[in-house]
Amino acid sequence: MKSLKFDVPVYDSTQRGQPALFELREVLKYRDLIAQLVRRDVLTRYKRSVLGIAWTLLNPLGMMVVLTIAFSQIFRISDVYSYSAYVLSGILAWNLFSQSTTAAMVNLVWGGGLLNRIYIPRSSFAIAAVGTGLVNTTLALIPLILVMLVTKVPIRVTLLFIPVCAILLAFFSLGVGLLISTMSVYYPDVAEMYQIILNAWLYLTPIIYPVDILPEAYRYWITNLNPMFHMVRLFRIPIYYGRLPFWNELWPALIISICTLFIGWYIFSNKSDEFAYRI
Amino acid sequence: MKHSLIRTEQDEVIRLENVSVLYCVPHERINTFKEYAIRWIQGKIKNQTFWALKDINLAINKGEVFGLIGQNGAGKSTLLKLIARVLRPTKGRVWVKGYVAPLLELGAGFHPELTGRENVFLNGAMLGFSRQEMEDKFNQIVDFAELWDFIDSPLRTYSSGMWARLGFAVATDVNPTILIIDEILSVGDEAFQRKSLSRIQSFRKNGSTILLVSHNMDTIKSMCQRAAWLNHGRIEAIGEATEVIRAYRQNQSE
Repeated sequence: MKSLKFDVPVYDSTQRGQPALFELREVLKYRDLIAQLVRRDVLTRYKRSVLGIAWTLLNPLGMMVVLTIAFSQIFRISDVYSYSAYVLSGILAWNLFSQSTTAAMVNLVWGGGLLNRIYIPRSSFAIAAVGTGLVNTTLALIPLILVMLVTKVPIRVTLLFIPVCAILLAFFSLGVGLLISTMSVYYPDVAEMYQIILNAWLYLTPIIYPVDILPEAYRYWITNLNPMFHMVRLFRIPIYYGRLPFWNELWPALIISICTLFIGWYIFSNKSDEFAYRI
Repeated sequence: MKHSLIRTEQDEVIRLENVSVLYCVPHERINTFKEYAIRWIQGKIKNQTFWALKDINLAINKGEVFGLIGQNGAGKSTLLKLIARVLRPTKGRVWVKGYVAPLLELGAGFHPELTGRENVFLNGAMLGFSRQEMEDKFNQIVDFAELWDFIDSPLRTYSSGMWARLGFAVATDVNPTILIIDEILSVGDEAFQRKSLSRIQSFRKNGSTILLVSHNMDTIKSMCQRAAWLNHGRIEAIGEATEVIRAYRQNQSE
């Protein structure tokens, strides 16, 4: 009889405790849903196109070719071949960040009708968006390795360090994704504004250009105050430079990603009750 | 959760205490960002607040079939959302004991590009079931929906009736403690409607509590013992279904 009592879920709108912890428990309970949402996003993205999932591989590759042709001249890079690998490793990190944060926000605002019909943990969409981003990044490693083979950039064991970089970047993306999702529920304009910010941010981060073309006077500020600089560098080191990051390259990324995730999670879960009123 | 501390009647499964819901709605529906930006610059975005529900007190017992009636916009759906945990009340307390099967909108989480099979698993996960649980239930669900021939076709090829059948089959393939039905008995063909009704009847026999929203007074009269009439967010009348319907009809004809 006693065990039966524990099986019956009881919901009391006044008793919940700390929202951030509550949301975490709910997400763990609904982890199969998040897996299903990732599966849905990966499967449906290119479902009606002829090449299907191959686009996940072709997308960054196409961008790399365009950038290599366009910028290798402008930046007067002597070694065009290694520029491809340089740019592709940066784009990989950038795409994970920009795609998953945008998807987190769009899923919540436009897919929010679902939140008005059945109860699911509100952060499921954002977590699934980052999960989808991670799957796409993993797939995009295939063209990256191909490019490295073709351009004779040595492939080293340090590639095995990428999962650590990817997870840190995923934490950072989830934190940012939750923050902008919360904002876009209150101010829908944020969704449009974010696209402009992303654009500016992309050009402010040494992704398509080498760090040393930045003017000496601003270089310190543009790099060190830009969280994505640390994230992209962390991604690029094991791929392009073929070594493990030094401690002073690792800790800024570590602190930034964990703090951002914590802040994003806290604010999102404290505000999420109001979402159903506004979406 | 320390639910043992809460004093309730032994067989109460739903209780609302002084529940109010305050909605904040823009004056006009603004669909595009451009429109929004223009209005924002013009300073024309004004929000209006209104109480969708005001001081609702309601207790529903285990095994009851409870009807909710009222005009459009009276707050029926808002009330159901509170019980389905979708909405947290602005004021007051909502207390629900048991597994709630929300039939608010059948197949709401379906994705048209995924196959029927994939959608069953996705929808099951949205209802809080694990993958393992869904694998155990899968055959039964497709049997009930009678969709074996189409289960591996994408959902966009389904008719709306087939879509609803699959939705109903997933949502009800568990013995829920509380079943929420919002005007959904009109889905599918007549044979499937009969089948759905008999499934709902069997839930009733097994002691499920059913909350039914309908504009069809005959449905309410034939299925419910008690009913509540909601009017502009307040409970106008509550009690025996026939009495409440009589009061409602009298008011409507005036």
